[in-house]
Parts: sequence; structure tokens; C-alpha cells
Amino acid sequence: MRTDFERLLARLRRRSSTLRTDGGTSSAAGGRLSRLRHGQFVQSLPFWLPPALLVGLFVYGAVSWNLLISLTDWTGLAQPEYTDLGFEMYAQMPGDASFVAAFRNTVVLLVVFTVVSLTIGLVLAILVDQNIRFENTFRTIYLLPMALSFVVTAVFWSWMYNPTTGVINTVLRGIGLDVLALNWIGDPRTRLGAIIFALTWQFSGYAMVVYLAGLRAIPTEHYEAAKVDGASAFRMYRRVIVPQLSAATTSAAVVLMVFALKAFDFIFVMFGDNPGRSADILAVMMFRVAFSRSQWAYGAAVATVLFLMALSVVAPYLYLQYKRGDL
Amino acid sequence: MTTARGSKTGLARRFEGLDIGRVGLYGVLFALIAFYLSPLWSGFMTAFKTRTGFVQTAPLAPPTPEWFTVEPWQLAFATLQGGLVNSVLFVVPATLLSAFLGSLAAYGLTKLSWRGQVGVLVLFLAGVFLPYQSVLVPLRQFWSAVGLASLLSFAPFLADRADLIELTITHTAYGIPICTILFRSYYKTMDDEMIEAARLDGASAFGVYRRIVLPLSLPMFAVTLIYQFTQIWNDLLFALVLVTSRSNYVVTQSLNELQGSLVQEYNIQMAGAFIAALPTIVIYVVFGRQFAKGITGAS
Repeated sequence: MRTDFERLLARLRRRSSTLRTDGGTSSAAGGRLSRLRHGQFVQSLPFWLPPALLVGLFVYGAVSWNLLISLTDWTGLAQPEYTDLGFEMYAQMPGDASFVAAFRNTVVLLVVFTVVSLTIGLVLAILVDQNIRFENTFRTIYLLPMALSFVVTAVFWSWMYNPTTGVINTVLRGIGLDVLALNWIGDPRTRLGAIIFALTWQFSGYAMVVYLAGLRAIPTEHYEAAKVDGASAFRMYRRVIVPQLSAATTSAAVVLMVFALKAFDFIFVMFGDNPGRSADILAVMMFRVAFSRSQWAYGAAVATVLFLMALSVVAPYLYLQYKRGDL
Repeated sequence: MTTARGSKTGLARRFEGLDIGRVGLYGVLFALIAFYLSPLWSGFMTAFKTRTGFVQTAPLAPPTPEWFTVEPWQLAFATLQGGLVNSVLFVVPATLLSAFLGSLAAYGLTKLSWRGQVGVLVLFLAGVFLPYQSVLVPLRQFWSAVGLASLLSFAPFLADRADLIELTITHTAYGIPICTILFRSYYKTMDDEMIEAARLDGASAFGVYRRIVLPLSLPMFAVTLIYQFTQIWNDLLFALVLVTSRSNYVVTQSLNELQGSLVQEYNIQMAGAFIAALPTIVIYVVFGRQFAKGITGAS
């Protein structure tokens, strides 16, 4: 089986080298080639159209339908009526204290989580990049939380944060910081911070992997040049290396922001569908409003806001990629 | 994540007068390992302690003989058993389907050249970043309108598991964008000459896919299948919305129930978390390189 395939490849390679040597267009073979290229749109349809229809229905169809539902006043057990459309659901948002809180927390979570994860990821990447032994082992362990689900992470961290027997407070007391042994997830003042800390534990390894790829793409000469200048390691990283990691930063930041918007599972498992004003985010609020209280239209409107937030993060990024020809 | 052994850019070879000593460097690296493993370590230890045991002993200490027990594992497994089976039932087909459809789409959008390809690709790419909250209400409407359970009433085995079939189709659809992007990045680097030569030999577009592209895609299939399996296995949100009958609960739902119903039974909760996470942890440990490729392939 394998040898058949290799024989086929070898034959095709021979074939393509004769093609290249005979100049192409003037020859009969070249004519056939351009004819083949010509009909490729029709030939490509069976391959990408079925998946595209699924994506069209479930992504674009569903998002549009969601927008339409958000313009109705659909609640409860009845079916939505698409006759009297308007922006009432959106109009009530600014006056809804729980929406304002959820919106604020979503932005805080997004920004703080992304910045902290990128920073820790960069530090991890630089540390791992020092020609250390067992590099693979270190890398594997720092990235391990990424393989876990939000549900599992939430179960572990509920235990970590337990005020009396949890790891966090036991360690804090052990090093004499009894003052800091707070009720991290019980106290509304520290709840959002505790969530962000746990999420950072889960995703900083991702930032590390992206930064490592970026670091390894930097030519050695740059290090050499800095060395000749007699720059200290810290200065070299600050002045020479880190500025070259902007592409890595951008792509990691976009993905991390999307992770943050998806943090629903984690908060839902830890606190149920109502984590309180201090830690409510739009993703959780949407679920509560729609699926627990059957305020379908309002839930759809909150979801639309979430969608627009994601779009405002991702669209510029995709546009930049497109401009750079990276797509 | 392609790193040639020789392309190390570590400071050690370049700077004799290193600011941080090697000892300090390893000290920091090991301290970080302790931090990243502490939830798992403590969870594992706690899962082997009795209820009195985990209150009496330090959370990072192994269980002493008087507090040692395997009961939490038995109880957690009994609770999660059904969820594990249901998860396997829907995750495996959804993983295979989304990867295969993504591979087909990527082939049609990169290996056959036509105008407007990039536009279609951007539409696929946007699907990667979709926050799923923004489709939940329509999804619920859509599946209740389809009424899969009654459509399948001729086959009781399938009708009873209609929720899981809905999940399979849903995850397949939302997985296609990322799978397409992963395969596309791979196909972009694939040699076109062989394909053209095969076309001249009279091979059809499908023949080229089956005889050349598909066999060469196997490494990327490994990456994509691992990525998708982990993603779909770990999802809770779609299951919450689509799986209504308790007999069809998937493992993330069962674990969520376990967490909610046993407020103080931390030992059982931890055992449950390990049981639910075991397939993805095993895959991660065995296929770490492919996993890293998958999560960075999208960026």
C-alpha cells in the first residue's frame, strides 16, 4: 500500500519535471493544463460547498436569526412574533443595573486577563528559552491546564480557594500572611480577581507557546549585535527582542480575548447562573436571562452585544491579516 | 512550534556574565512547576482522603494511612459513568466529521484555484471567533422545530439519543471553521506540481484528493482530531442547551451536577474532575506536540 503510493508520487514527480522543461504554454500538455485550471471553480464546489452550507446555516443564519429575535419582545412559553420589531430590548440596557455590571465586568475580565496572561506567558517563554535542560518537560507542564475543560478547572479552583482548607490560604498562612487569607470567591470584592487568577493559570501556557515560536523566529544576529554593544540581558530583551514580538502579541491577544468571552463554563460551574453583581459577565447573564427566566428576546439582545464585542476585537485583526496577505 | 534543535536563542551561549545565575533560573522554573501543578496535585491527594481526612490534613499533603480511602473514586465513577459513555458516543463522530469536512473544504479552497476563494475563507475564519452565546437562542428554536426525536421514532435507539445526535451535528458545524483553517495552513505549503501532473494524467479533482492529498494529510489529521476531541469533550455550553433528558447528560454536565449537589464533599468532586479530564489529559501527555500545533495553528 505504502510502496504503491510512493511509486505513484515518484512517477508524478518525473512527470512534473518533464512538464517544466518543455516550456509549458506552447505544448499540448500546457494547453491542457490551462484548460484544467479554467474549470476549477465548478470542480471545487463539491468539496467546500457542503461544509460552507453548514457553516452558513449554523454561524451566519443563527447570528442573523438571533439579531431578529432580539428585535422582538418574546418572553415565556409562546413563540416569537416577528411582526412588531424594534429596539426596546437594547433601549432598556443602560437602565438595567445588572446589565451595566455584567458589561463592566466583561470588559475588566477581558482586559486584565489578557494583559496578565500575555505578561506571564512572555516571562515563561523567555525563561524556557534559556537553553535549559528538560525544556520539553517544563513546557509540557506549563501548558497542561489548556487540556482541561473549564468545568474541571472550576472544580479544582473551588477547592484551591476554600477559605479554611484550601491550598491558597494554607500556603498564605504558612508564609505568615494570615492577613491575606481571605474568602477569595465568597467575598464579592475579590471574586472577579479570583476568577481572573484561575483563568490566567489555565491560559498563560498558551501565551507562552505563541511567544516561544516568536522568539525562535528571531535571527541569532540580533542577539549577537546586542552582545557586541555590551547590553545587559534585561536591556537586550527590552530594547531588541520584545519589540520584535508584536505579531505574536497581537495574535495571542485576540485568541485570549475570545477565550475570555467564552469563560461562561467556568463561572457557571463555580457559581451557577447568578454569580452576583461583582462577578457577573455578559455570557453568564445572557444564559440566565434567556434560559432560566425565559426572557428570550432580552437574552438574544445581550448575546448580540457580546457578538459585537467579539467582532470589534476580531475584525480589525482579520483585516490586518488580510492586508498583510497572511490569509 | 517548529524549532530546530540548533536554532536555540538562549542567552546562556551568548552571555557569559548572565544577570540571573543558572541556579536562580532553575529555582524559578521549578517554583512555576509547583504553581502550575498545585491544583492537580492537591486535587489528587484530596481524592484519596476521607471527609474528615481532608479537613484534618494539609491540602498538599499525601493522605496518611488513617485517612486513606478509594471510596471517592468509586462514588464519582458511579455518578459519571453514564456521562462518560454519552460523551464518547457524540464526541467521536463529531470529531471525525468536523475534521473530514474541514479537510475537504480546505482542499476545495486552496488546491483548486478560482477567484473569490479568499472571500469564502474569511467567512470560514470568522466562524472560529464566534462567541457561542450569540447563537444559543436560535439553536434551541431550530432543534425544537426540527423535532429530531419524533423524526427518528422508527429507530428507538436513535430516538432516545436524539439530544446527542443534535450535539454531534451542532459541534460538527461549529468545528468546521477551525478545522478548515488548520488544514488550509498545511495545504498551502503542499507542492502543487504533483497535483497538476496527476491532473494531466487524467485524475479527477476527487481522485487527486483521495490518492495524493489525503494520504499526505495524515499528520494534519492527527493535529486536527486531537484539537477537536479536546474542544468538544470539554464543552459544557451546548450540552446545557441541547441535552434535556438526564439519561443523555454528557460528562461535563454530570461533573457540573456532582459539583453542585455535593457542596462539602471535596474528595468526591476532585475524583470526579480527574475522571472527567482523564481522556484529554492522556491525549495531551501522549500527543503533546500535536496538541501545541493545534492550539497555535489558528493564530
